[in-house]
Amino acid sequence: MNQLWLTAKLDIVESMRARWFQIYTLVFGGIVALLFIFGLTESRVLGFIGLSRLLVTYIQLTMAILPIFVLITTVRSLAGDREAGVFEYLLSLPVALNAWFWGKIIGRYLVVFAPVFLAMLGAVIWGSIDGIEIPWSMFAYYTGLLASMSLCFLGIGMLISVLARTTDMAQGAAFMIWLVLLLFLDLILLGVMIQGRIDPEIAVSLALINPLQVFRTAALAMFDPQLIVLGPAAYVIIDLFGASGFRAFALVYPALLGLGAAFLGYQLFRRGDLL
Amino acid sequence: MIQFKNLSKSFRRASVLNGINLDIDLGERVALIGSNGAGKTTLIRCLLGEYDHQGDVRIDGLDPRRNRTAVLGAIGFVPQLPPPLKMPVGQLINFSAALCRTDPLRIHDIGKRLGLDVDGILTRQFVRLSGGMKQKLLIAIALGRDARVLVMDEPAANLDPEARKIFFDLLAERLDDATMIISSHRLDEVSSLVNRVIEMDTGRVVLDDKVADDAALTDRLACRIVLKRFEPAFAKAIDGWHLQSDEARMLWQGSIAGPDRLRFLGVLSRYTALISDMSLTEQHDV
Repeated sequence: MNQLWLTAKLDIVESMRARWFQIYTLVFGGIVALLFIFGLTESRVLGFIGLSRLLVTYIQLTMAILPIFVLITTVRSLAGDREAGVFEYLLSLPVALNAWFWGKIIGRYLVVFAPVFLAMLGAVIWGSIDGIEIPWSMFAYYTGLLASMSLCFLGIGMLISVLARTTDMAQGAAFMIWLVLLLFLDLILLGVMIQGRIDPEIAVSLALINPLQVFRTAALAMFDPQLIVLGPAAYVIIDLFGASGFRAFALVYPALLGLGAAFLGYQLFRRGDLL
Repeated sequence: MIQFKNLSKSFRRASVLNGINLDIDLGERVALIGSNGAGKTTLIRCLLGEYDHQGDVRIDGLDPRRNRTAVLGAIGFVPQLPPPLKMPVGQLINFSAALCRTDPLRIHDIGKRLGLDVDGILTRQFVRLSGGMKQKLLIAIALGRDARVLVMDEPAANLDPEARKIFFDLLAERLDDATMIISSHRLDEVSSLVNRVIEMDTGRVVLDDKVADDAALTDRLACRIVLKRFEPAFAKAIDGWHLQSDEARMLWQGSIAGPDRLRFLGVLSRYTALISDMSLTEQHDV
């Protein structure tokens, strides 16, 4: 446990001194600040006003930025450390491989999750000071969604870092995965469905394998529980999970996906060359 | 103590180590030499359990990959290139000390003996230190613990002459209780420390010279050196070896102790341009 905590702490300190972390923090802190500055809490969309309007916009923006940010920075820093000889030295110290690998994940997870959560918490505190009503249930659910999203893409990033031998390869693979997930949000699935090659149920099931789609749908479900804006696809989702069931699925599935990817990464890491 | 048995390592199709068989006993001090690409660093990484490989590597009967904590707890390692760590020096010392279960102050003390102002750099990022300071700190971390095996990859490359001398003095203090593997391009530099020379070439051991064993066969070696021209620096370097010179100071003769032959040749290697002829002859009847 001591080795695990030491490694996590090491990764936190290393990350906090890295430029990517400063930009990452600035981006999410900046988003919240800009949303307040531009008076988003005063605007109304689909009946949403105040802080819930701001949180909906924030989660949509986060879903666009966080996955690629987490993927690229995770694979870049880990593959870069390996290439630069950081692993050669630190892994010559008597630290167990499981403590090293999971310690890095814990440290990195805290570093990735903290800025997005603190930015949202900052919005809530700012809203409280301004006397805006706080949608606590939405805040709690979005916190869970962000935690799940961070874990999902961190796990995938760790797996890519283990598999790719160079920083360039790791970055390329991370970008490709993000692009594929993005394309399967709508474009490819819609195209396939329009051509009538697959059943809508299969298309929707495929879409729900995609964690990006799950997050997007879950974020919509917070203000549209019956998912009316999705059209016919909503019937499949609601029939399969139910409204609250889907919200639970959106928290659990991506987290399990990330943990599964990280576990696979660990198995490959401990069996192959560490450098 | 350390055993390599049929050790082979390939990267894709490139074979880097080809069936290495070596036994290194407690107290042996090995100079691992060889040109670039000979396989020295790969051998060291296999010893540290950082590479998957064919064949066996054992330290006190333990596999460094399966018993990482136990095996690496007994190994002090200094890499050839300092890692670009962003953490402050103080944290690196505390992190290493905590993992190696040693007192950070021991690392501080060794660092100070090497001429490092440890207290003044505790909050500085490791990556921001000069090359020499990084090397001194890594040496301090490796020596500031009860390591029974010291593995050093070009450890003195970035050290100034004074720090280099102190470093070798520090190693000399550990001669009796540690096994050392020192990878170096400069045999002369480590010759005074080692009692075994292993030369590698294209992934194979091409020379395994146990200096101490050979030295035990004879007590002294008759030495004769003829110079092309005289240089005062040569006379100064050779001064401690008690050789006699002729009036023109071009011919030097005497005898040296057998166990010191490697160190002696290391000293001479700096003056190869001056030497036109030399011989070392074993004196069996002395």
